[in-house]
Amino acid sequence: MRPFSYQRATDPDMAVQALSAAAAANKPLTQASAQPLAGGTTLIDLMKLDVMRPAAIVDINPLAQGWSEISPGRENLRLGALAKMSDVAAHDEIQRNYPVIANSLKLAASAQLRNMATLGGNVMQRTRCSYFRDVSYENCNKRNPGSGCAAMDGINRMHAVLGISDQCIATYPGDFAQALIALDATVEVTGKSGTRSMPFAELHKAPGNTPEIETTLQPGELISAFLISGRWPRSVYLKARDRQSYEFALSSTAVALDVQDGTIRDARVALGGVATVPWRAREAEAQLKGQKFDDGLAQRAADAAFAEAKGRQHNSFKIALGKRVVARALQQAVMMEI
Amino acid sequence: MSDHPSSQSSGYDRRSFMAGAAGSALVPLTARATVHEARAAVAQDPALPVDVTLRVNGQEKRLSLDARTTVLDALREHLKLTGSKKGCDHGQCGACTVLIGDRRVVSCLTLALAAEGQEITTIEGLATDDRLHPMQQAFIDNDAFQCGYCTPGQIMSAIACVKEGHAGTDADIREYMSGNICRCAAYPNIVAAVKQAAPEIMKG
Repeated sequence: MRPFSYQRATDPDMAVQALSAAAAANKPLTQASAQPLAGGTTLIDLMKLDVMRPAAIVDINPLAQGWSEISPGRENLRLGALAKMSDVAAHDEIQRNYPVIANSLKLAASAQLRNMATLGGNVMQRTRCSYFRDVSYENCNKRNPGSGCAAMDGINRMHAVLGISDQCIATYPGDFAQALIALDATVEVTGKSGTRSMPFAELHKAPGNTPEIETTLQPGELISAFLISGRWPRSVYLKARDRQSYEFALSSTAVALDVQDGTIRDARVALGGVATVPWRAREAEAQLKGQKFDDGLAQRAADAAFAEAKGRQHNSFKIALGKRVVARALQQAVMMEI
Repeated sequence: MSDHPSSQSSGYDRRSFMAGAAGSALVPLTARATVHEARAAVAQDPALPVDVTLRVNGQEKRLSLDARTTVLDALREHLKLTGSKKGCDHGQCGACTVLIGDRRVVSCLTLALAAEGQEITTIEGLATDDRLHPMQQAFIDNDAFQCGYCTPGQIMSAIACVKEGHAGTDADIREYMSGNICRCAAYPNIVAAVKQAAPEIMKG
């Protein structure tokens, strides 16, 4: 690991100032010379691999006192960005009224990592693309912009089939983000000029021609909270993977339904493990809304979700797998007793 | 074997010989930054070690560390508490699991500076006098290891697993112990050990 300076931020202003002071123009957030440290489960790992090389670490854990609330209200839910994954997953009201959130967190990583990792850090985690993580491969557009992509014709079994470009097919690895995007969450960001809010769907950027730019956050900005309106007791997170536990998704889905008198009033479908960014499958939702549920409808929705998918040599199986995951999650959601 | 008790009592053992030969425990005698100073807007010089006090198994330990030092390396290389093992060093295997407060974490991805002020419990802190912790005894009783390398991490993780309330069923134990890999595949015996120790641990 390369040397870095370490400082603790005892209030948000100090954190923002320390992070933005070190920010150089033209550098994307992922390569900023100062990086915030929360749980550290991505950052320290990638620093050991020499993938991330910050000269300064700003420890934001002291901000947890103000930024780790888990506040389910009657009308909405507020989750502080420094809440630990394990605490949110274990929260009674989250399990009851937002099972898709609780299960997306519970099915991620391991008990130890969930005790460390925060919600904000979790949505900002970097791809597990093995060519991105191994600096002996020079050609990675995400790590070395303009250098090419070793995954295109490499071992791309884990890679994305949606949201891809000819520059990058690295999969967004997280689970919780799928629940957030499905539930139309808002993300609250704290920066130099105070806080701003935006739809969570606007946080991540598909790779396009700039895979090194992963989010719309600027250096010096920190996620401080997530907000979700309404309650979603009829919701499911389903994850298919190579191992039963402690493994990233080959294909996952976050599904939330509002069913009244047998008719689907509202439907939310998001996909994980198959796309370059947290992926909302609005085409699938359009198939479902206003319809009575049956297995044929689940299949049509699943087909719509993957209509634009493009596989490569080793990952085309994800399209068939992903459709089955969506169809099964819809069946599970419809059958839930709430 | 150099780990034989008689050779340890003579003040010579394999670990201290190797550590001395490598000279890795030496820190430069230069001006030192402290974490307290580092709270100021200007961060400390990365070339300087930082004074930090860690609470390990109920004792305060004053150390002077490179900012890059993880809790695992602080334990193993600076405090000579080599019970916590370095397996992957990337948070994937669980061999380095310790408790920080009452939470199990992987010490290889935790910076020592970030753990200042918190109670760290390692495998060395479990036994009292000549009595093993119930989870240690249960691992022996159930033959829950072969090579033993993952065992300290398994035991620390298992204690937390029980206290979290995640040891109610075999399926729960398997799910909530999945962060600890055992390449000897002693898993069935590990599940049995966790089940044996759970009631005694919950009794307090």
